[in-house]
Amino acid sequence: MALKLYGAALSPCTSRVMTCLHEKEADFELVPVDLFAGEHKQLPFLAKNPFGQIPALEDGDLSLFESRAIAAYVAEKFKETGNDLIRHQSLKEAAEVKVWMEVESQQYHPAISPIIFQFFAAPLQGYAPDQAIIDENTEKLGKVLDVYEDKLGRTKYLAGDFYSLADLFHLSFTYYFMKTPCAHLINERPHVKAWWEDISSRPAFQKVASAMNFGEKGN
Amino acid sequence: MTIKLYGVAMSTCTAKVLACLHEYGAEFELVPVNLQNGEHKQPAFLAKNPFGQIPALEDGDLTLFESRAISTYVAEKFKGSSCDLLRSQNPKEAAVVKTWMEVESQQFSPAISPIFYQSIIVPILYGGSPNQAIIDESAAKLGKVLDVYDKKLSSSKYLAGDFYSLADLHHLTYIYYLMKTPYGKLINERPRVKAWWEDISSRPAFKKVAPGLTLGDKN
Repeated sequence: MALKLYGAALSPCTSRVMTCLHEKEADFELVPVDLFAGEHKQLPFLAKNPFGQIPALEDGDLSLFESRAIAAYVAEKFKETGNDLIRHQSLKEAAEVKVWMEVESQQYHPAISPIIFQFFAAPLQGYAPDQAIIDENTEKLGKVLDVYEDKLGRTKYLAGDFYSLADLFHLSFTYYFMKTPCAHLINERPHVKAWWEDISSRPAFQKVASAMNFGEKGN
Repeated sequence: MTIKLYGVAMSTCTAKVLACLHEYGAEFELVPVNLQNGEHKQPAFLAKNPFGQIPALEDGDLTLFESRAISTYVAEKFKGSSCDLLRSQNPKEAAVVKTWMEVESQQFSPAISPIFYQSIIVPILYGGSPNQAIIDESAAKLGKVLDVYDKKLSSSKYLAGDFYSLADLHHLTYIYYLMKTPYGKLINERPRVKAWWEDISSRPAFKKVAPGLTLGDKN
């Protein structure tokens, strides 16, 4: 039975999971959730995620939510096939991957997500991007990226010289970020820029990126 | 060689790891970090955590940071003992544990942490006045999250199922401090959340850690 992923192709959190599914060459079906109709805030979706957010995943009678938990489940379930994202053969490497997954969660995401919200979601709700919020968070994100710049000068990817779930977790929000006037934060830092170009050119992400067209004409 | 945990007993994030270490009966040494002198922002500590935050953990030549990555590493390292906080032998249970660990990370902590910061850190460490608008906004958010918890805890004894897991443990230290503020009512007003809190906070491992959570206590 194939996995069912409930979400939307243009959503960064849904894309996070789809990228992982592609890396692992796992069969899945994307079941669209109509956000504009508020489907995610009603039953039956709320039975899949009581917090009313996409994505949610069904694997037989197992129902999961939170994109990072779903992606980690997929990477674990399919650990013997596709690309190695969790380095489970090495306790040390696996631990480093978890550290940098948490860095994305606790340092990177809280700084980048308000910027994405201001540029992409605020206009839909009828107001202009709040420059104070953007400035506050670009300053925070800059400091985080300074740490990344240093780390990526010593290892090719975040957790070591191997691509992992820690790098993958950054893809979808950064992809939208690069469409904003704040993209220079990435481009000004040579190691970060090279890392971004590398990870965003992976075939698994390329499959997902073309549908991430939120805010563009016609969408 | 013993595990070394760099941090302070009164810190929510250090204590989260301490609770996990005690659950597993792991031997470790708590190495104090002098926050008042800014030790966490200086080179020797930054080499352990480039984001300059406690805790950090050393296990032989492995150095880790981010409390949730550290606790997960401890649970992985000591799996197979009688303590089972990740349910790694059962992929379905393990996946649900990961989901509720992410809920703590993405839904719960962002709502509770400003209440903690404004009510406890601002007056005690900075001698300032709490920002009531921030507290009220966060209390409203936290209330909604706890409504979901209250419903979930009507169908399982703990968050991820009828078993205690790292998902429950990660909530201990913030809630402990919340209960010292008037906002403890958010927990007490929800009968199943209250019962869950009383259960998890009475575990012997946490009883070893709670006496160290002294921020805000009169001396």
